[in-house]
Amino acid sequence: MATSRREFIQIGGAGLGAAALGSGLTTKWWGLDPDVVHDPGTDGDQVIPTFCELCFWKCGVLAHVKDGKVTKLVGNPEHPLSRGKLCPRGTGGTGLLYDPDRLKKPLLRRTGKRGAQDFEEVSWEKALDFTAEKLLKIKKVCGSDKVALFSHGFGGSFFKHLLFAYGSANVTAPSYGQCRGPREVGFNLTYGASLGSPEVLDIAHSRCLTLIGSHLGENMHNTQVQDFAQMIAKGGQLVVVDPRFSTAAGKARYWLPIRPGTDLALLLAWTHVILNEGLYDRDYVEKNATGLEELRAHVADKTPEWAFTETTIAPSTIVETARFIAGSRPASLIHPGRHVTWYGDDVQRSRAIAILNALLGSWGRRGGIFVPTQMSVPKYPVPDYSEKAKAAQDHPDGVIYPFAEEVLSHGVCDATVPGRITGKGCPIKGWIVYGSNLLQALPQRKNVEEAIQKLDLLVTIDVLPAEIVGYADVVLPEATYLERWDDISPVPWSEPYLAIRQQVVPPMYESKPGWWIAKELAKRLDLGQYFPWESGEQLVTERLKAGGHDVERLRTKGVIKGTPVPVRTDEGLELTFATPSKKIELYSKRMADAGLPPLPPYTRHEQPVDGQFRLLFGRTPTHTFGRTTNNRFLSEVYSENEVWLNAKAAKEQGLANGEVVTLVNQDGVRSQPVKLKVTQRIRPDCVFVVHGYGHTNPGLKFAKGRGMDDQTLVTRIAIDPVAGTTGMSVNFVTIEKTAGTAATDRPLSPGGAAASRAEA
Amino acid sequence: MGASSEAVRRGGAGPGDEPAGALPHRRYAMTVDTRQCVGCKACVLACKAENDVPDGFCRDWIVEEIRGEFPVLSAEIRSERCNHCTDAPCVKNCPTGASHVNEGGVVLVTHHKCSGCKACIAACPYDARFVHPEGYVDKCTFCLHRVQKGLSPACVGVCPTGTLTFGDASDPESSVAQLLRERRSKVNHPESGAGPNVHFLV
Repeated sequence: MATSRREFIQIGGAGLGAAALGSGLTTKWWGLDPDVVHDPGTDGDQVIPTFCELCFWKCGVLAHVKDGKVTKLVGNPEHPLSRGKLCPRGTGGTGLLYDPDRLKKPLLRRTGKRGAQDFEEVSWEKALDFTAEKLLKIKKVCGSDKVALFSHGFGGSFFKHLLFAYGSANVTAPSYGQCRGPREVGFNLTYGASLGSPEVLDIAHSRCLTLIGSHLGENMHNTQVQDFAQMIAKGGQLVVVDPRFSTAAGKARYWLPIRPGTDLALLLAWTHVILNEGLYDRDYVEKNATGLEELRAHVADKTPEWAFTETTIAPSTIVETARFIAGSRPASLIHPGRHVTWYGDDVQRSRAIAILNALLGSWGRRGGIFVPTQMSVPKYPVPDYSEKAKAAQDHPDGVIYPFAEEVLSHGVCDATVPGRITGKGCPIKGWIVYGSNLLQALPQRKNVEEAIQKLDLLVTIDVLPAEIVGYADVVLPEATYLERWDDISPVPWSEPYLAIRQQVVPPMYESKPGWWIAKELAKRLDLGQYFPWESGEQLVTERLKAGGHDVERLRTKGVIKGTPVPVRTDEGLELTFATPSKKIELYSKRMADAGLPPLPPYTRHEQPVDGQFRLLFGRTPTHTFGRTTNNRFLSEVYSENEVWLNAKAAKEQGLANGEVVTLVNQDGVRSQPVKLKVTQRIRPDCVFVVHGYGHTNPGLKFAKGRGMDDQTLVTRIAIDPVAGTTGMSVNFVTIEKTAGTAATDRPLSPGGAAASRAEA
Repeated sequence: MGASSEAVRRGGAGPGDEPAGALPHRRYAMTVDTRQCVGCKACVLACKAENDVPDGFCRDWIVEEIRGEFPVLSAEIRSERCNHCTDAPCVKNCPTGASHVNEGGVVLVTHHKCSGCKACIAACPYDARFVHPEGYVDKCTFCLHRVQKGLSPACVGVCPTGTLTFGDASDPESSVAQLLRERRSKVNHPESGAGPNVHFLV
């Protein structure tokens, strides 16, 4: 009989009496009985591989399941994206699965305005019937192209398929137009290929990595951060361009605290120095690129002295860093960034980055950008889409963005507001929203809310009651990634592999997997022939079998690998470029033909006036914006955002660290109360917050009221004329002291301190 | 030795599969490479998951130290935990014998022997201990339950940046010993005289 400490105290209080004295104390007197190595017992009876969905990187995880419960998630050593490791979010999948605030049953809005949170729980039958009826009506009255899908996450594939079958091309995601879109366009124009996600970067072998507003280590994409750390371990050097002393800046050889909005000036000046001093890779450029002379002429006057007046970076530093960056080529990578929708000339900035990488010869080279490979899986046989989809309805004002590669969410939103469409035409009438909290993801909230109120149908498929869910007519609760099968999709990467998303535990409550929801909707829309599979499992299994892949290995190990092929020149890759000239296009004739500047011009952006600060936003390692901020497990180490303000600026404003403030933007829009973090780590002309806080949906019982939502303050946008994407770092705020308190952080022991302790 | 010592050298595994008697006096230690650490707290959360650490508590934590004034700044990030001190003040000050030195010098608390008197908490120079809601004092165990199975501690296993290396410092071929020989390192509170075994590579 083991006597617990609690029982011992009872013994001390004469609770157990003589029996204990006889059997316990005499035989288990301290020091005489053996010491114990306690096993917390979190190893599973079963270990089931799948891949993560706490962000969109798709790392392989092994789920430990004990008595039907997921006890822990660890990295799958065989998976090329996790290599046995996980970022903090990956471990926190259990916090999503067991989130008490999960959507548990289908909901139907009773009455009233959208957003009034007046729902009744209904059967799946009723929710699906209602949805299908509305969708059929919209199709009949307005046409199938008046329905749009906003989708973020791997499971969205079933709903994309549904929408195409239904006859709409309005399949969109803020992850393009509000995030990585300009980068993809800029690189596509230059190299004929974009970078995708996960980005095809060989950072592990870089000798010099230049980050421009990209904060690796805070932006915690597992493989990329692993490579980043490996690079540092091998002595690779960092040049970090950031108005904020980011984690990466803290490890950098050079930190350039640039004035926000002027990055392009620095890039052009670097290009100027590298060309002027002949530091570029002549052989590589001669062999692979066109337009060098035009580029040379273009940057002739973009001197470091000129750039200094824009960027506040000393000319000598610009020259020194240019030489340093070029000195490490070709294993010198200018990181293309990920969230790059900043100032409205974002494609041009991405082009400048692409051009600089070309001068360094980093494309296709070790330590640069690799050319990915992928395995193939045959499609499940389904009929061709019978509905001929009309063009996407994402440019209601008639303005065409010639190089937009995906449908623009912001445009779809505009095309939903009656009166925005030039000429004749009916606005978009139905939105299906899969895992995308549009109220925090799209800029110009008023516009989004107006669009939402004009809809005939708003359906959300989600796991948690995000703000958008509160505005829905129908809420369809999806099972989490640990409770469902998803389709299989090869990921382009440096080694060919396939990974499986399989059910680890059965869906909780009445939640259902996405494949089931889409199939049931399809049936009701008379589109059942497009969803012939009986289950997600059957779909995946049949596809794998048809491709001759080892299903059993995928199920037990989570991963299968194909035959490696060269992805860099040092491995034998021959460089080819899918551009019209078949070369890297430093000078873009395509852009010239479209009436756009063929070489990146510098645009001087408006700067904040005294007392104003540019609002910048970004990431913290523990969270994937608003998707995880209700995750109680992850929130143990970061539970609310705070506004970073330069210490000197704070003094001038009469503000102190920890004080509660409200940000007011140039249009008078006010933030929620939020704590101030007074720090040396940021320029005095901008403030920074972590994106994804300030939730308002009362269903998010943990996250509601914590911190502030930056997107509410993005009332102004700068639309990129090349790609139609929305620059959002163009909003300025003033800071007001606020009475009352913000939500308080939960300190973690030991020591009563938070898991992140003091900062000087 | 062979494969098993290689595993220890890589910082991955413990002694589980070593021939008996090969390394009679193990001295488990950890190195934390402050150059590589990004302070993501994957270690904190993996530890909480592995060890079922109750809400509101943690056994390891991140310290970010920023020095200087804008724009001349430097940063150091450290993943910290119990130092499993060679001359552990917590063990010396434990009146019940609950805090003790286990295999490889790992300092553990035997739950049922602990009265929760907090003498060890007062004695610990590192603020590494807390009272578990069930009444006993809890802290980092170097995941000895995993190490005994030949696995690495959960924090070491999860760390995406390879910041953490665990192994037997008394084995000159272990990766921990190699790192301590080859890299500059420091410990927290050397003045405590406790002989901490978590070393920060700088």
